[in-house]
Amino acid sequence: MAEKRKRKSTLQILKFSDNESSLFGRQYLLLTAVLVLVLLVYVLRLWHLQILEGPRYRYQSENNRIRLEDIPAPRGIIFDRNGIPLVENRPAYHLELIREDVADLEETVQRLARLCERDPQEFLDILESNRHRPRFKPVRLLADLDRDILARVEAHRVRLPGVVLQLEPKREYRWNGVAAHLIGYLSEITEQELSSPQFEGYHPGEDIGRYGVERAYQRYLHGRRGGRQVEVDALGRRMRLLEEVLPIPGRNIWLTIDIELQKAAEEALKGETGSIVAMDPRDGAILALASSPTFDQENFIRGFTREEWRSLSNDPGRPLLNRAIGAAYPPGSVYKPFLLLAGLNEGVISLDTKFNCPGFYFFANRRYRCWRDQGHGNLDAESSLVQSCNVFYYQTGMRLGVDRIAHYSKLFGMGTATGISLHGEHPGLIPTADWKRRATGVPWQRGETLSVSIGQGFNLTTPLQMALSYSALANGGKVWQPYVVRRIEGGGTGGADEMRGNLKRKVHMDPRHLDMVRSGLKGVVHEDRGTAHRAVKDKSLSIAGKTGTALVVRLPDNVNRKLHAREAKRRERDHAWFVGYAPADDPQITVVAMVEHGGHGSSAAAPRVEQVMAAHFKGVSREEDS
Amino acid sequence: MIDRRLVENFDWGLFWVLMGIIGVGLVSVYSALYLQIQENPTGNLFVRQLVWLSAGFAVLFGTLLFDYHRLKSISLWSYLLLIFLLVLVLLVGKEVNGARRWLQFGGFQFQPSEFMKVVIVMKLAAYFGSQDMPAYPDLKKLLPALGILFIPVVLILAGPDLGTAMVVLAVGLTVIVFMGVRWRYILTAALAIIPTLYPLWEYVLRPYQKSRIMILFSPELDPLGAGYHIRQSKIAIGSGMAWGKGFLNGTQNNLRFLPEKHTDFIFSVWAEEWGFVGCVFLLLLFGFLVFLGLRVARRSRDRFGALLVVGMTCLIFWQALINIGMVLGLLPVVGITLPFVSYGGSSVITLCFAIGIIQNVSMRRYTFHTQ
Repeated sequence: MAEKRKRKSTLQILKFSDNESSLFGRQYLLLTAVLVLVLLVYVLRLWHLQILEGPRYRYQSENNRIRLEDIPAPRGIIFDRNGIPLVENRPAYHLELIREDVADLEETVQRLARLCERDPQEFLDILESNRHRPRFKPVRLLADLDRDILARVEAHRVRLPGVVLQLEPKREYRWNGVAAHLIGYLSEITEQELSSPQFEGYHPGEDIGRYGVERAYQRYLHGRRGGRQVEVDALGRRMRLLEEVLPIPGRNIWLTIDIELQKAAEEALKGETGSIVAMDPRDGAILALASSPTFDQENFIRGFTREEWRSLSNDPGRPLLNRAIGAAYPPGSVYKPFLLLAGLNEGVISLDTKFNCPGFYFFANRRYRCWRDQGHGNLDAESSLVQSCNVFYYQTGMRLGVDRIAHYSKLFGMGTATGISLHGEHPGLIPTADWKRRATGVPWQRGETLSVSIGQGFNLTTPLQMALSYSALANGGKVWQPYVVRRIEGGGTGGADEMRGNLKRKVHMDPRHLDMVRSGLKGVVHEDRGTAHRAVKDKSLSIAGKTGTALVVRLPDNVNRKLHAREAKRRERDHAWFVGYAPADDPQITVVAMVEHGGHGSSAAAPRVEQVMAAHFKGVSREEDS
Repeated sequence: MIDRRLVENFDWGLFWVLMGIIGVGLVSVYSALYLQIQENPTGNLFVRQLVWLSAGFAVLFGTLLFDYHRLKSISLWSYLLLIFLLVLVLLVGKEVNGARRWLQFGGFQFQPSEFMKVVIVMKLAAYFGSQDMPAYPDLKKLLPALGILFIPVVLILAGPDLGTAMVVLAVGLTVIVFMGVRWRYILTAALAIIPTLYPLWEYVLRPYQKSRIMILFSPELDPLGAGYHIRQSKIAIGSGMAWGKGFLNGTQNNLRFLPEKHTDFIFSVWAEEWGFVGCVFLLLLFGFLVFLGLRVARRSRDRFGALLVVGMTCLIFWQALINIGMVLGLLPVVGITLPFVSYGGSSVITLCFAIGIIQNVSMRRYTFHTQ
């Protein structure tokens, strides 16, 4: 059996062998023909290139050089909401050296150093560190020449072969320092970033956005660098343009902010540490975003010395921090309207509920104080808001419990990043019992609910979150995702992309509850007993809002509050909040002012909000007039 | 295992032609890397190329030790393993210049697509070499072969590695056509494919993909990239003229040449320094190599051996054809190395294996087998 199969297979192989030449013969012939044909074509091509065209190419390779030159793309311009340019481009000239074209390197460097009034060693060091780059690639010796040096170098350039003045657009800040945190700044791309896939197609020496809109919208603002193939002679002079790829300019960006309002907000903050956010409650557009102290954006273009950079980044005032979105504080009494809404919605209080305020709330052998030592007496919900009585909220908070309080706060946008398209947003913190167990390992204490009820304790919110939450009160429960860019011009089709507000959620409330809260907020400014009644002078603006004071240092039980406020060192003074919207019956703008260590919300924050709103409505009426 | 008769049938002609090509390669790589060599005489890529070549020769002679019929049984497993590795590359491969091609094992990286070039030949030869395969097989027998070929081609293309995918496709199709495909099948396939090209171009491809393909065929559309490279390559080749500028005298090479001068564009380095004469010499060496390879195929005893040798020979042939055509500005600019001339580890190892297989078949042409 096995033998039989063996013989059979042997036979088959032999059969194949017999037929082999006839089987593949045609294919061998075909392949050989292809081989000969290809060789022939290639030899002819080589004959053409090397023999017929050879002398021309030999000349090109020895006398002329084909070079690639960069054409930088101008970065997109940033406008305010009305089309006023905030950041533009200006031409800057860089001094560059193409070593291959230089006749005498030593001599050239000496002369250049003299023209630029620099130490020649400085240039030699730069050349040394670029030793490994191809010699035909330009090496940048000096960036952004000033006018005098530029004129001198230009005048001597004919006698300095290899010296190139490279033109490049640079950022120019029309109102340097204004909206610096929002606009941001640029700096040169690093070696490491160049090799990352995110920056594919970028070249060394290009600037990229590092902060604010410049960073967040880098992709749109950047554009694409072009270049040209040129033929140059032995001295590096351009002889002929062979090919050119025009750069694609970056796209222009229109912000939602109004530069006049922004300036008013920054003016209002002058000399203080803090921030102001103005937002349109109707769609979530940010109208002003000010953080103080601010910084000098031009410095980033000029470049820092090590010393300057250290003093900027170690400044205790932290000027590089955008306090409007990147700093979180206890909301203090600004938190109270949300507690009321939570209590009403959960049914633990009603519109008619009254609590007696003797000036403190007694719990677990401790007095939890109201801000008014002599007490407020019997108050209903609305008056408790107008007068900011703590005891009412201790009572309500204890009935709600921490988790229900947290639920409503989060519904209104506190305790999570708002999703504004800027980097460095602080998420804030709204504590729950579960959170505390996980974070500290200690269970929630009932007494802590009392602190939380008046917006102190673990609570942290950013000014932007407060603007969002109060806008939701103003517009009937719509929680917007705030946005800062309303238009990106010049897409692939040449048109502009319009951005609109993004509705995150709608909080459903009983309209009667909301009306009561809004009437209370109006009372804060317009009623005699309102906490901001005296602070806000111009009642015609019809501001509704709430004062807040975030405790920095807890007061011992038996200290005279007023005395303490006077004596406290600046760093121990409380943070002052005011959040409001106007006009109270048809809200068009929400403004948050947060002044660090400002003291009381009514005196330190409310007038600044008033100032910004006045500027806003003045601007609106001016627009309507024209 | 290796008896005298086996050694007698070793194809010395093929061997010396190969040595000639390798010699040209070493001279060119030395020149292309001259600056690097001067700076670091021991730790440069030229030294590493010598190490790769030694490893390549070890592979070449290792391949001679066993009977090539054994490849038949391992072809399926090595094929499946490589398919697995190709998928792995797409998932976790190292990205270089926006393409995923490399796998990293400890400090050692390699390119599975490179090894696919020889394994596809083994697998197809094994498939067509089986007993019940008639010449000019019918459609039922052809379709599995196309399947075997297109799976790896698509995977390599997804890398994206157009050059290697083209070589694998060309080699695979050559083996299939060599087996014999009826004209009516070829015509039907052409008629089926051509009408789909337009909608594919118009509706499926994205604009950036289109522009990439356009640049492939006319590099002058990308004057800052491929167009610039081709122009410099042509200047380098042309300036070599009849006799060349001489060893280490290439100015294009030393001053400002392409980033891939020691790999993909090595031919222009050779052409600049050795001129028309040197180029024709190198082309003739490749011509002889292919010619001698086909002779081995024709003399082989069985169909499996013949197809194996044809495939391996065409691997070298197609790769040289595409690379030189690209450097001469006749074919699209795709990343393909010139066999045995360009610098590169995976490439040298695979190609030495291919030569080893050819020699193996040549040596065993008078031995008889029953299975």
